[in-house]
Amino acid sequence: MAKKKNKKVAKPKAKEIKGQLGKKKETAREKMIGQSIGYRYDVNLLPDYNKLTPFLKKYIEAMGWDDLNWLEDVHMGYEEDRPAVFCRNANGWVTIPRSIKLPNNQQDRDMIARELLVKFQMSPKHPLVDLKKAYLKF
Amino acid sequence: MANLKTVSKKSKAQSMGMHTEVLTGRTQQKFFNPDEAENFYYFGTYDVDFNKRTDLDVKDMTAPEANKEIDNLMSQGYGTIVIKNPQGKHSLGVGILNKLNLIFEGSLGYFGMGSCDGPIVRINGRVGWSCAENLMAGKVVIEKNAGSCFGAAIRGGDLICKGSVGARTGIDMKGGTIIIGGDAGAFTGFMMQRGRIIILGDVGINLGDSMYDGTIFIGGEIGSYGSDAVDAELTSSDQDWLRRKLKVAEIGENFDVSKMKKIVAGKKLWNYDNLEPTEKKGAI
Repeated sequence: MAKKKNKKVAKPKAKEIKGQLGKKKETAREKMIGQSIGYRYDVNLLPDYNKLTPFLKKYIEAMGWDDLNWLEDVHMGYEEDRPAVFCRNANGWVTIPRSIKLPNNQQDRDMIARELLVKFQMSPKHPLVDLKKAYLKF
Repeated sequence: MANLKTVSKKSKAQSMGMHTEVLTGRTQQKFFNPDEAENFYYFGTYDVDFNKRTDLDVKDMTAPEANKEIDNLMSQGYGTIVIKNPQGKHSLGVGILNKLNLIFEGSLGYFGMGSCDGPIVRINGRVGWSCAENLMAGKVVIEKNAGSCFGAAIRGGDLICKGSVGARTGIDMKGGTIIIGGDAGAFTGFMMQRGRIIILGDVGINLGDSMYDGTIFIGGEIGSYGSDAVDAELTSSDQDWLRRKLKVAEIGENFDVSKMKKIVAGKKLWNYDNLEPTEKKGAI
């Protein structure tokens, strides 16, 4: 009886998804300089307005705008392998609290990032509030 | 020259402990609670009502006087302010970080509406250079033409010109949307890093020169492409977004967006390592 050949089955490699949170491989140059070259997520992704959260709808209405306005440029990225959103006013990444479970698609994640960023920027505990108290001239 | 050793008076920032803070490591402070009460405005800004309207004649005012008066009116709760006789004054309406409905009955000079964050502005005339420079959020609509450097370095918001604009529109922009109903000059989108530019008419030479990222949509003819600007496929989601944005801009509602050209960065300028040896050779 002919013996069956035991062929080693190669494990399928984990598919790398472009822009996946914390998964982008750093180039040697990026490792050396300690900075990322290029954006770490798709900054050109247009928002899906079907995914608007109730909070964002109220925000748009309160400001008198027709759409997400400046929030169209806000996306969820990552900082040190943790999901985060970039605050341009504080010039830093704001990490998403661990208690918030993130959905599995970028459009929904972006809406959460937008909502949290508005809450962060409008909070009286935002770092700029202290800076304003210290340096405001008029 | 002042002797720094003898200066003992502490600044307000020093007395708040900002200069003694250890600046190593990362801040782990919790700045906000995601479940805290809904608040849509920056801390310390004015609570204004869009239905409370007033006029302000700036004919005999300087720009700083006019800007202070706008601030004063906002502090009184006025949410709609109509500026009469702007007469092409420079730097009008700058630095407004508030929700506001502002209407200019006339034209502005240069740097109008610079560094604003939030207001909805309508200018029933023309504007000079660098209109809405560094806009952070809000909507600015210009009914006629605009000068060069329109929307320089904007970071967010919608900037709309129903007429034509000069050169270097959206230079160094880092976000937001610029919409032009007419034509645009040379070097449109020069060194843009993020955001979107929509031009329904023709555009001059060197479009998107040295752009790092972002998207440019052109409805008419292109004079020439700049360094590293390349064509990209116009997707159905792009078309949906364009239709919606043009409706917001109150222009080109019947424009056939499916025929627009989409230009993005070729990202060849990102290969700094490859450029460095040549530059070093040149320097030596």
